[in-house]
Amino acid sequence: MAKKYDINEVEVWDGNYAASQALRQAQVDVVAAYPITPSTPVVENYGNYVANGYIDGEYVMVESEHAAMSGCIGAAASGGRVATATSSQGFALMAEVLYQASGMRLPIVLVVVNRALASPLNVRGDHADMYLGRDSGWIQIDAFNAEEAYDLTLCAFRIGEHMSVRLPVMVHQDGFITSHTAQNIHPLSDEAAYKFVGDYKGVDDMLDFSKPVTYGAQTEEDWHFEHKAKQHKALMDSRTVIDGVFAEYGKLTGRNYKRVESYMMEDAEVAVVGLGSTVETLRVAAKQLREEEGIKVGIVAPRCFRPFAFDEMADALSGVKAIAVLDRSSPGGAMGAFFNEVSAAVLSSANRPLVTNFIYGLGGRDFSIQEAKRIIREQKAHADAGHITTQIQQFSGLRGPKLGFFEAKRS
Amino acid sequence: MSKGILAVDNRGKRELGADKLVGWDEVTQGIVLTSFEGDAANIASLKAEERTYSDFNSYTATVASWRVIKPIYNRDICIDCQNCWVWCPDSSIISRDKQMLGIDYDHCKGCQVCVEVCPTNPKSLLMFVEAEEIETALAQWPEKKKN
Repeated sequence: MAKKYDINEVEVWDGNYAASQALRQAQVDVVAAYPITPSTPVVENYGNYVANGYIDGEYVMVESEHAAMSGCIGAAASGGRVATATSSQGFALMAEVLYQASGMRLPIVLVVVNRALASPLNVRGDHADMYLGRDSGWIQIDAFNAEEAYDLTLCAFRIGEHMSVRLPVMVHQDGFITSHTAQNIHPLSDEAAYKFVGDYKGVDDMLDFSKPVTYGAQTEEDWHFEHKAKQHKALMDSRTVIDGVFAEYGKLTGRNYKRVESYMMEDAEVAVVGLGSTVETLRVAAKQLREEEGIKVGIVAPRCFRPFAFDEMADALSGVKAIAVLDRSSPGGAMGAFFNEVSAAVLSSANRPLVTNFIYGLGGRDFSIQEAKRIIREQKAHADAGHITTQIQQFSGLRGPKLGFFEAKRS
Repeated sequence: MSKGILAVDNRGKRELGADKLVGWDEVTQGIVLTSFEGDAANIASLKAEERTYSDFNSYTATVASWRVIKPIYNRDICIDCQNCWVWCPDSSIISRDKQMLGIDYDHCKGCQVCVEVCPTNPKSLLMFVEAEEIETALAQWPEKKKN
């Protein structure tokens, strides 16, 4: 029996500590980990809780992130509640095994503290690793601050382990900006948190000797397609479960999450769509610009990066004339991936807004309120002119000559 | 060769998956495949032919279609030493009560390990082309080699 952990009504935790407390409160059975900056404290703290008797669990130190996720898969297939954490290069090394976890429908929780991918080597936060996971078949939930990292990590267990979902879940937070910045957090008591998460219920556990099973079978063109389709449908169908879990968590805490978060969108004429801690910067900029310059601007942000809320995104942006979509990942010879997805969503809406793409904040480059305001003013200029007045893709916060691509052909 | 065991069990009845190609809504969650029907807690104490193998178990499927040469077993020479049974990598030597009964051609891949480890003179197991009839093969079995 795990020892009781004294917890205050208000704690001062950073995002890493918040996530590790959620793992403790969920009484995770196994963490197989290969710690990496900036996510190290998540698994370090879990090991600490185990060593000091606050969790009845097992911390498995492995030799790489590939092995970390492999260990998690073994433990999850055996029938345990399993979690780990990683970032950047570690996430990249884990990539192959991420697809195994989702294909085997194992509800592992992975705390991803977003960090840039080398080269050049960089430990700061951008979304390159989060983007790398976007086709892996995992649910991807995005926390914008430390308290949300706590809340959403608890929710992740409920969502992934739901009998109609049974999929692994990533909970993302921004490296350093969220993971290492302490803020006031209102945690649940251990009892309330565990009651919310509930006991782990196994499906096809390998340690059930009365029903031996094979995990990881090979299929070729005769079966592979059907299995991937079933998996995709489960991911799409998880949307209603996510809504339900968020609603239940809202009743418990007063903190209400939605798969697409809208801020000041009721009468918005222009909008900025972003991810991660940037969303809070954008909200401050939007509020100030409404007061200072009367620009009707709103901020939209997906809480769920996967499954992508295609229809909710279109609905949230249905009334605006111009949209800036912010990608914090080097697009590698295309428009930003997030821009493409938001554009596809609004393409089906009647207002046919003007959408532009900003590549910003790579390798942890600061994104200021002033820069957010400049981008918002530019959207206002597009809306007033009735056409895109700049290049469609621009770099924001970059030193040197202005860098941008693609001219708008329609007016 | 005793055909008793081969006659009562259900091994090698089909190509895996070939008889029932179901749609995406009917495939198992997570490609998890069960090995047995019903409670299998005591399965290890049962002989193969007594077990309730599931359709997903390769025991009930033919997985030897790519074999091009096959071992043929000569009961008249065999001393039931069980060497082939121990060494066969595909559990394709059928033996009961320490008596060699024959070869499971639905799972044998034709690797020739059984022939290599057979200690008799001449060998009690020899490789022949896949199409060779067992009776024809037995009729041309070599004589004992003398120094």
